[in-house]
Amino acid sequence: METILDVRAITMDFGGLRALDKVSLQIQKGEIAALIGPNGAGKTTLFNCLTGIYHPTAGEIILHPTGAGPKIINGLKINQIAKLGVARTFQNIRLFGGMTVLENVMIGRHGRTSSGLLGAIFRPSATQNEEKEIVRKSYGILEYMGLAGQVNELARNLPYGAQRRLEIARALATEPVLLLLDEPAAGMNPQETNELDNLISQLQRDYELSILLIEHDMKLVMNLAQNIFVLDYGEEIARGTPQEIRNNPAVIKAYLGEEADAEVN
Amino acid sequence: MKFTEELKRSAYIALWFILLTFPIMVIKVNTIENIVVWRWVNLVVIGLSAFVLSFFWQLYLRNKKSSTEMTPEKISTLHRLIENPKIYRPAVVIIAAIALVFPFAASHYQINIMTTALIYVMLGLGLNIEVGLAGLLDLGYVAFYAVGAYSYALLNYHFGLGFWTLLPIGALLAAFAGILVGLPVLRLRGDYLAIVTLAFAEILRLVLENWNDFSFGPSGISNIPRPGLFGINLTPEQSAVYMYFILIALCLLTVFVIYRLQNSRIGRAWVAMREDELACQAMGIDKTKAKLAAFALGATWAGMAGVLFAAKTTFINPASFTFLESAMILSIVVLGGMGSIAGVIIAAFAIILLPEYLRAFSDYRMILFGAALILMMIFRPGGLMADRRRQYQFQQPDAGENS
Repeated sequence: METILDVRAITMDFGGLRALDKVSLQIQKGEIAALIGPNGAGKTTLFNCLTGIYHPTAGEIILHPTGAGPKIINGLKINQIAKLGVARTFQNIRLFGGMTVLENVMIGRHGRTSSGLLGAIFRPSATQNEEKEIVRKSYGILEYMGLAGQVNELARNLPYGAQRRLEIARALATEPVLLLLDEPAAGMNPQETNELDNLISQLQRDYELSILLIEHDMKLVMNLAQNIFVLDYGEEIARGTPQEIRNNPAVIKAYLGEEADAEVN
Repeated sequence: MKFTEELKRSAYIALWFILLTFPIMVIKVNTIENIVVWRWVNLVVIGLSAFVLSFFWQLYLRNKKSSTEMTPEKISTLHRLIENPKIYRPAVVIIAAIALVFPFAASHYQINIMTTALIYVMLGLGLNIEVGLAGLLDLGYVAFYAVGAYSYALLNYHFGLGFWTLLPIGALLAAFAGILVGLPVLRLRGDYLAIVTLAFAEILRLVLENWNDFSFGPSGISNIPRPGLFGINLTPEQSAVYMYFILIALCLLTVFVIYRLQNSRIGRAWVAMREDELACQAMGIDKTKAKLAAFALGATWAGMAGVLFAAKTTFINPASFTFLESAMILSIVVLGGMGSIAGVIIAAFAIILLPEYLRAFSDYRMILFGAALILMMIFRPGGLMADRRRQYQFQQPDAGENS
């Protein structure tokens, strides 16, 4: 197994508040890993550090992109990290509501295409071909995600579940090697969650992705993840396979309080 | 349509206003002759205006309620007409014919105001790149217009360069100014961006007004030459016709370029930036580049329009580049519909031409203008012609397309 993402003791301070305290995690190529923890544990902060939205106060984030040497990505700009192959979805859906479903995915192709201003104005055959390729690939992804029927719909008019899927489709369009999913099942009913479960493992296989997901739905996490990292108050309190995490006393304590309370539940 | 509910409520509101204002608006005590003057006309005016306003307000509320319930995107009749080739093809031919014949049929005055309107079409379309597409609320757009106009006037005065040399130079200098303004405001958005751009425009205007050695101060620069036509001497009338055709050509160029930009990789990136700045970066869009490109391109058209303005009026001074001018251009974009080319063109003509043709009502110009803006926002908040996203057609998957 080779590592694709190596987070080494990153610390993130907001003023006097330490949101992440020397957190380390490693993700292997082709694995689905999960990041869990109670609310406010710093999970999304970690995602924001990984994608360049925040710059960690200390520590290193090393990405091993395919076909290139390891690269330290903390300090890079958001779009540079996206180009290196880290894509994400957002906890509160952030689609381009006023654009169509297809256009949302086409935006995902931005970093993988190159036509500029002059290309746009004079539209040489290179640009035309690139444009056709963007549309073709985007449509292909939408078909894969089961959204082909709504390509010309405005994104904000989609039902909630479809919006979540569109966000994943948009992330796929950036050709990621590492996909970060921030609470993909939030707000979904059990049946939708079940579908998502299948979709994520299928995605991982078909697109040869490594996936890190934040999720509160334990059933989904235990089903999908080969490796689980648990955060609490910005510190890593446990890591391991689902089986190990389920029986880890520190995790039970973080989630349910003291042992005595757990028995009541 | 049942308006009875709204009518009844409006009547109550009108009555309430009449009662409220009765002592101050109707009763007047004439202290000299010690009599009470009853001004019943005021009562009627207040009653009627309260009635009408509250009626419209309630219609608006109802409209809003029903529009939130509406799920499929409603396509306006205007759009359906325009997208129907049977209608738009002949319409384009007719408009082109009128545009061609117009300068030979109309008076000098008519041609002049039409030329002014065309300058505003260019300005509106240029600002549309910044505000409509990229979502950068720029209240200082007039600064770029001034850069264009002063580039022409000053470079012509000092170096004797001609119109056709200075048209691209003015555009380039304005684009450069756009980047200069864009750099420090990269981190700002929305209201903050609006305030800073407004300040930049005011700074430029004040510099132009006070730096006498450079810009000749408030007295401005006069005797700016009109565009030449292979060294032929044109009378003012001929020159106005010439100017008109130059503007028609440049407006067509503007429309062409902006249309192509809109449906390109860059145009999409601008719209994505308008919709969500963070998500667009996470998709690999370089925010810095996209913003600067929007500022530079928007400013380019303002610069060209400025050169044309200077050449048309042959005299410029800082008074032509006040905030009111920026507000005017911005209302063209807002009225026309953010991001919509056709809408902005229609709005530019409406805002520039209507006041000229309705001279009789010139006292009420600002009132009518304000009322029009308010009514627009109530009934067509997307503008005259709201922007519609491009639609793509696909074969069904079983058709065996290579997807």
